[in-house]
Amino acid sequence: MTAVAHSSTAVASGTEIAAAPKRRFKAGDVGTLLVIALIIFWCLAPFYWMVVLAFRDTAFTFDTTPWFTHLTWENFRYAFDTTDNKFGRSLVNSVLIGAVVTALAMAIGVFAGYAMARLSFRGKGLILAAILGASMFPGVAILTPLFQLFAGWGWLGTYQALILPQISFSLPLAVYTLTSFFSDMPWELEQAARVDGATPGQAFRLVIFPLAAPALFTTAILVFLASWNEYLLSSVLSNGNYKVEPSTVALAKFTAGPHVVPYTQTMAAGVVVTIPLVIVVLLFQRRIVSGLTAGGVKG
Amino acid sequence: MTLAEPAAESTTGALPPKSRVKRNKIKTGEGRLAFMLVAPTIALLGLIVGYPIVKAIYNSFLSDSRKLDPVTGQFLEPGAWTGLTNYKHWLLQECPSGAGKTISCPTGTLGSQFWSSISVTVGFTVVTVLLETIIGMVFALMMNRAFKGRALVRAAILIPWAIPTAVTAKLWQVIFDPQGVLNKVLGTEFAWTSSQWPARSAIVIADVWKTTPFIALLILAGLQGISADIYESAKVDGANAWQRFTKITLPLVKPALAVAVIFRTLDVLRMYDLPAILTQGANGTTTISILVVRQLNSGIYSASALSTITFIFIFAIALAMVRLFNANIVGTPGKGGK
Repeated sequence: MTAVAHSSTAVASGTEIAAAPKRRFKAGDVGTLLVIALIIFWCLAPFYWMVVLAFRDTAFTFDTTPWFTHLTWENFRYAFDTTDNKFGRSLVNSVLIGAVVTALAMAIGVFAGYAMARLSFRGKGLILAAILGASMFPGVAILTPLFQLFAGWGWLGTYQALILPQISFSLPLAVYTLTSFFSDMPWELEQAARVDGATPGQAFRLVIFPLAAPALFTTAILVFLASWNEYLLSSVLSNGNYKVEPSTVALAKFTAGPHVVPYTQTMAAGVVVTIPLVIVVLLFQRRIVSGLTAGGVKG
Repeated sequence: MTLAEPAAESTTGALPPKSRVKRNKIKTGEGRLAFMLVAPTIALLGLIVGYPIVKAIYNSFLSDSRKLDPVTGQFLEPGAWTGLTNYKHWLLQECPSGAGKTISCPTGTLGSQFWSSISVTVGFTVVTVLLETIIGMVFALMMNRAFKGRALVRAAILIPWAIPTAVTAKLWQVIFDPQGVLNKVLGTEFAWTSSQWPARSAIVIADVWKTTPFIALLILAGLQGISADIYESAKVDGANAWQRFTKITLPLVKPALAVAVIFRTLDVLRMYDLPAILTQGANGTTTISILVVRQLNSGIYSASALSTITFIFIFAIALAMVRLFNANIVGTPGKGGK
């Protein structure tokens, strides 16, 4: 078990997979390749179909031609048309809410993550369990009382009503991911700084903080994604006020007027919501995978 | 980074009173520093998670409706203490009728949907987590074997994970349309979302599509920790592929698997976005979370009881699973390879 834990730490810290032993081509490899092709098809086909429909003329919504036909930008134009929907505004709201939530969670979580990973103190396990537990609460458990409180304060449909509740999952996510990252950093440097007379606080600010920048960046991406994807709390607490609602809520009630099913237009809006995420995820895929699995492989 | 520095100063300002420090016996500088670093997180979570939950528990004992006080003979305004009435309403299906009596909740009311929504949620959880674990395991084993296309697979696998659930729901709504691409490809004419079992399958399929990649990644990380030497020596000792899988792979990947299963179980138990958008909770797809949101506008105190029940229900399952798998989900650093 020690060997497992040791090498899984290497995976968690983002190092690439160790070089595989050289193998000769075997019949089993064809099977593996087939399954690999199947996995890629499984993951990409629905997404590909969304992009195809987003660029397809509405009249041909149910045409099953598997490549791009009847190309048009009309769906995207409609998605941003403000007569029936306020989709453009919701994108701005999503960015705004995501940025504030991420900044808050990171600014507070980084200190807790450091303490969890580095310092020994009483009750650490309990606090870590409490923080993790907080992130596993069903959203509805805090939604009900918050709905009542915010209604009383006249906060329903305001930015603060959408931002503050998201701390409930983004802060634990930040602390948890940062704890994992910080546990795998080269702490000998901190020791060296301590030997040279730095206080623990100085060692943190001057030595560790610059080293930790990539971990902070990855964590910030994960927190932002979580905020961007949030739907339950936002759909209720925005209370139908399009001025503050994020894109997930706007998309869920996307419409093209009564008795019209706006499939191609909705897909266009879906592509707009998704493409930035896909670009970020592909650019930073190695970091994101290490961030996602950092906690999971420690057991 | 410059932003973070003033925050460090302000936590210094919020030092706990001396007596408290003494009581906790934090003598070293490290203990005090740790307290200062952790305090803002704990305080904020206490405010945003702890306080609302306590308030919900208190609220769950209050009454939504005006009711007759049997002692004074006067009507009490909503918000009066009502004991366990709200819990009886949900758990025992007791709905108010005239003259302070209770009857069994009539079909169609929110109250009557409690047990069905519990079983729908549990059903979704068992089926999706089982499917995701099996398919995720296959994905991970294949990704672990393939060395050429791995970067491509990893990129592909992150896409369903990255797509917001709200978009996923809309996307599958289009695919599941009676005239949609799935029926055309399968040559069927299913009305996927407008009868019970097809609607449930639709949600399971969409959820499995979205989250299997995540499980596969977690399992893959566990697999990559297994040294190739172990397999080699097992081969030398004459173990066949199935034995190598059950005797080496499974036990060694179990910690990663347990964490993935627990996380996913808790996630599906609170599932809301997918059924709320894909089927609007119709045709037997009302999960507990959907029921709570519906109840919000027809009685906040009763909704509080329901959300408290949900919370206790999920918490109990979480505890049981951590016990069952003996999982170290906290991942306490330093205890890595116990």
